[in-house]
Amino acid sequence: MPAVVRLRSAVCLLGRFPALAGVDLDAADGEIVLLSGANGAGKTTLLRLLAGLVPLYSGEGTVLDHDLAHDRRGARRDLALVGHETFCYDDLTVRENLQFAARAAGRTTAEGDTALERLGLGRLADVVHGRLSAGQRRRLAVAVALSRDPRLLLLDEPHAGLDADGRAVLDEVVRAAPSEHRTVLLASHELEHARAVATREVVITAGQAHLASTDRGAP
Amino acid sequence: MNLWREVRLVAAKDLRIEARSRVAIQQIIPFGLIVLLLFAFALDPDRGILRRVAPGLFWVTVLLAALLAVSRSFAIEADNGARDGLRLSGLDGPALFLGKAAAVAVELLALEVVLAATVVVVYGIELNTLVPLILGTLAATVGVAATGTLYGVLAAGLRVRETLVPVLLLPVVAPVLLGATRAWEAAIDGIPSDAWPWVALLSVFAVLFTAIGMLAFGPLLEEA
Amino acid sequence: MSDRLLKPAVSKTLGWLSLGSLIVLALFGLWGAPPDAVQSDAQRLMYLHVPAAWIAYLAFGVTALGSALWLWPRTRATVWDRVAGASAELGVIFTALTLVLGSLWGRPVWGVWWAWDARLVTTAVLFFLYLGYLALRRIPASPDARAKRCAIAALIAFVDVPIVHFSVNWWRTLHQQGTVFNERLDAKIHGVMAFTLWFGVLAFTLLYAFLLDRRYRLLALDEDREEREVEQAIAERVGALTP
Repeated sequence: MPAVVRLRSAVCLLGRFPALAGVDLDAADGEIVLLSGANGAGKTTLLRLLAGLVPLYSGEGTVLDHDLAHDRRGARRDLALVGHETFCYDDLTVRENLQFAARAAGRTTAEGDTALERLGLGRLADVVHGRLSAGQRRRLAVAVALSRDPRLLLLDEPHAGLDADGRAVLDEVVRAAPSEHRTVLLASHELEHARAVATREVVITAGQAHLASTDRGAP
Repeated sequence: MNLWREVRLVAAKDLRIEARSRVAIQQIIPFGLIVLLLFAFALDPDRGILRRVAPGLFWVTVLLAALLAVSRSFAIEADNGARDGLRLSGLDGPALFLGKAAAVAVELLALEVVLAATVVVVYGIELNTLVPLILGTLAATVGVAATGTLYGVLAAGLRVRETLVPVLLLPVVAPVLLGATRAWEAAIDGIPSDAWPWVALLSVFAVLFTAIGMLAFGPLLEEA
Repeated sequence: MSDRLLKPAVSKTLGWLSLGSLIVLALFGLWGAPPDAVQSDAQRLMYLHVPAAWIAYLAFGVTALGSALWLWPRTRATVWDRVAGASAELGVIFTALTLVLGSLWGRPVWGVWWAWDARLVTTAVLFFLYLGYLALRRIPASPDARAKRCAIAALIAFVDVPIVHFSVNWWRTLHQQGTVFNERLDAKIHGVMAFTLWFGVLAFTLLYAFLLDRRYRLLALDEDREEREVEQAIAERVGALTP
């Protein structure tokens, strides 16, 4: 089965700083891979690289059969990133933002409504984004990602700011991913929590990661 | 998803945000009116002068207001990582460009209607031969909206965006100012045959810069 | 070998040639050529103004060409971005020179410091387009991002300049004021005066080529240094794991 993600000696620059200084990584279809490491290790940059938002300085990289060196835009319709920002518009309501995200990705507005309900945002549907709390925005960010029906889900510290209820919802989404034919890469500091849902863990240190990583059991 | 549906999606998003936030209605249009008023203060109160230079003042005001409209168009993409969102959305460069430029054009047209009514009433001019006037105005507006959106994305994400865009945009749209003013003058004087060549020039400009924008928007957004 | 445009020997020769030809130009311009029947000595400014204008537009063309070659994926190479940038810096200087000299020439001849004819207005717009381009170049960014932004800006400007010239020309001929000023700029000149003018164009072109190469080398050195710093930072980061 072709790998969903494949990186070899990937180097990525932020300005002149090598945020990634040689990453080897594989992820197969249906895996839930936990990326752990200290602050500044390069987890966010790695996820952004996979999303095609930052260019590959050297090394090889393939995401969903698209070569990151030449076609980093290609995979975007089939992946979704949950970053530190929601990618939403303050003047639009939750529902409007979700529908825009869904339709922009070529999905129907029904996907947006489904994600709305699944993340428990139903009663906030007509609230404008600018009025949401941090925890509510987190849920919305995940909902935006899901409304795109992605094959690859990239989550950057998704638990941050969520209450117990929110975490439960998020864990459900992550656990359900393999059965929905999604692959998940999850960067988190909440190791206890994240290890419970992940099938495998990769440790990032000083912008590097190698293939021999702790395998926590077959996916 | 085909181009036109994507364009409508993007334009609708921008216009809906405008309808909610009312920045064009509450800030940009008043800005235009104030500039017209200031011109009246600056020039001899003798209404003869104002009448003669009204087309030029009108279009200079539109250009200045366009700077605000373009700035606003990209300001909404600056919060919450919306630019990243657009990049990740999977929407193509041409669709994003046409959608955003269309929204800017609609706002400018609304502004122009208000300003034109004001100029007619306050500066005391008469608009005869409306057809070349309207077509010229449409072509000029599309040209300015397209070029503005192009430079808007070029400067998006730069800290000096606010001061850079005017310096880049205004020299390039100088021919639009020239052509639109001449077309209006011809329309006011009631000589449509004088206006049509300028309308043609404005149309060429509009088409050319729309084409450039469609090609360049995507690559520029990637670097923003 | 993208750290220089010309071999060192060629560059040195070019430098001496341009210096020499500028001296010769000065001699001809100030003494060799006769004073103009109508404008007397003021007309000698033409021997600087016209070549400067030629370089202003040549440099602009080179910037646009470099930008286009950089943007086109098959020909993309750092050399083109550097050529575009170096040429723009020279271009803005020569454009400013053109405007100032034109103004100095115009005052005694026409009685005004400025005139609204197509050539002058277009040159003024060109000056502002250059300034915008250079402002863009100065913004810190990754080399590729900056190159892309500047290249597209340069091509937009390149497309715009003919439109500006055409529209202003049209505008001024409609007002029937073009002819008076064109007379001076298109003065029919023969013999020594014509030779001096063409020699001036040659001298300035040599100077431009020489300066372009020098400026290019400085840009290359700068960017090489930055690249080495990046490589070093990567090595350090990798080394941090192996104490």
